[in-house]
Amino acid sequence: MANLTIEHKLNIFLVLLLLVLPAIALILDEPFYITLATKVVILALAGVGLNLALGLGGLGSFGHAAFFGIGGYIAGILASHSLNAELMFSVLGVEFDGTTNMLLIWPLALLVSALVAVFIGYFSLRTKGVYFIMITLAFAQMIYYFAIAWPAYGGEDGLSIYVRNQFLGLNTLDPIIFYGICFSLLMSVLLLVWRLKNSHFGSALQAARQNEQRLAAVGIPPFGIKLTAFVISAMITALAGALFADLNRFVSPDMLSWHTSGEIMIFVILGGVGRLFGPVVGAGLFILFEYFLGGLTEHWALFLGIVLLAVVLFARGGLVGLIAGEVKHD
Amino acid sequence: MTDCILKISNLQKRFGSLKATDDLSLDLRVGEIHAVIGPNGAGKSTLIKQICGELAPDSGSIEFLGRQITDLDVAARARLGLGRTFQVSSLAMEYSALRNVMLAVQSVQGSSFRFFKSLSADQPLRDSAMHCLSEVGLEHRADICAAQLSHGERRQLEIAVVLALQPKAFLLDEPMAGMGAEGSQKLTGFLDQLRQRAPILMVEHDMDAVFSLADRISVLVYGKIIMTGTVDQVRSDARVREAYLGEE
Repeated sequence: MANLTIEHKLNIFLVLLLLVLPAIALILDEPFYITLATKVVILALAGVGLNLALGLGGLGSFGHAAFFGIGGYIAGILASHSLNAELMFSVLGVEFDGTTNMLLIWPLALLVSALVAVFIGYFSLRTKGVYFIMITLAFAQMIYYFAIAWPAYGGEDGLSIYVRNQFLGLNTLDPIIFYGICFSLLMSVLLLVWRLKNSHFGSALQAARQNEQRLAAVGIPPFGIKLTAFVISAMITALAGALFADLNRFVSPDMLSWHTSGEIMIFVILGGVGRLFGPVVGAGLFILFEYFLGGLTEHWALFLGIVLLAVVLFARGGLVGLIAGEVKHD
Repeated sequence: MTDCILKISNLQKRFGSLKATDDLSLDLRVGEIHAVIGPNGAGKSTLIKQICGELAPDSGSIEFLGRQITDLDVAARARLGLGRTFQVSSLAMEYSALRNVMLAVQSVQGSSFRFFKSLSADQPLRDSAMHCLSEVGLEHRADICAAQLSHGERRQLEIAVVLALQPKAFLLDEPMAGMGAEGSQKLTGFLDQLRQRAPILMVEHDMDAVFSLADRISVLVYGKIIMTGTVDQVRSDARVREAYLGEE
């Protein structure tokens, strides 16, 4: 491990930061900052999902709010049925109840988002560039309006989760414990994405971004590779959505709106498209802006916009690229 | 015919009122180099695109190794063993030369849906990719990113990639284009040997290369093959002189 690149060092630094800052907040008895850090971690996870599609595969999905929201609604719907002791639905006499167990909620969020992503991806991936952006946006907006029009789960008003969902008997309402859960998930997913990036599949996926014609000419179908990446990407973002619902103990159609898609994309672009820790940096910066600058002026988004513009114009590799230099493939 | 690897029958392709491919039939046999020549705009590129699957013909059929491939996509045809190179090099530009070849090797292995095993730790895969690079004399440039290779080196890399596919037939779209005198000569020698491995169907402008390499030549004019024959037959044919050689 002697030859660590600048990017490796930066990544290690970021992990330490995510460990140390909440610990300091805990010692100073400032639970609010732990919650703020939790928000960074969850939004970063959503960005990590999009980064897999956008950064590695070049798939500029402007509809990832769909998956973020689906994760959120799965958590919210299951919890509301369980807390109200209502039956969810029954199939052929088998009754399905809700649940407040995260270990059941997460797999279900992954499953449902994967199915939706297969459907959306199957149609969207036939298009490229601006058309792909528009069609993913259209699908996400369809789901958004569906959520608004569905009164059973709060419609436009959203759905409250009165008590945070359960995880192995831990007190998830304790901010530092919930932070620990979210942080562990983010680290696990980052590990997974890192392995995936350097795998045979990752190589094919990044080749699809560079030159689809080349990929097809060696006999690897670009469509299958991209669809697989799109689905994995959606599942990661849905997992983040489920956590986000638990963080706020509230789900609303806002999670599904195009604003959310845009924000997730901003995390990725700010931090560095295709960089493993890019979304962590991006989400961190976004929350810093929103909280600290937002405290000073309600026009904080203007300053974020200027930073985003500067990054797009002068630092195509995002902030990670600015610090660690360009990507080098072996 | 049993030794016929690739058989194209009655292929038609129109772009509006232009007949780019006009009832075209040709075949490729074991051990041969079959060159397709023709003036600019004769429909050579259109033909290559239809054979490799980038463009669907309006009618007609393409048979490869005794199998109908007319409805298969590019990747499926490549997996069956149709190895093509591009007129203008088409590579993964951010990847090193070696990594470009590795992509072909992993395709042959069918390992593109391996999600966790590290690619760079896959030594057998690296070794076979390196072997293909050394066959075209590019092993000393293995770690150089494709975007930084010279034009000639990219052409060599394309050949290395197609070798890695271990194809049953080579489909070469102007392999000599922009190679320079020395490069062309080297490549000509290389292709001369290559036909032992699998037959070659090539479209080429470089007449020296075509006449020294080809076992058979088809002359394409306005989407039609006006004749197919040996080098001597083509050279002495009056129609060919008129349509093509006379213009040079």
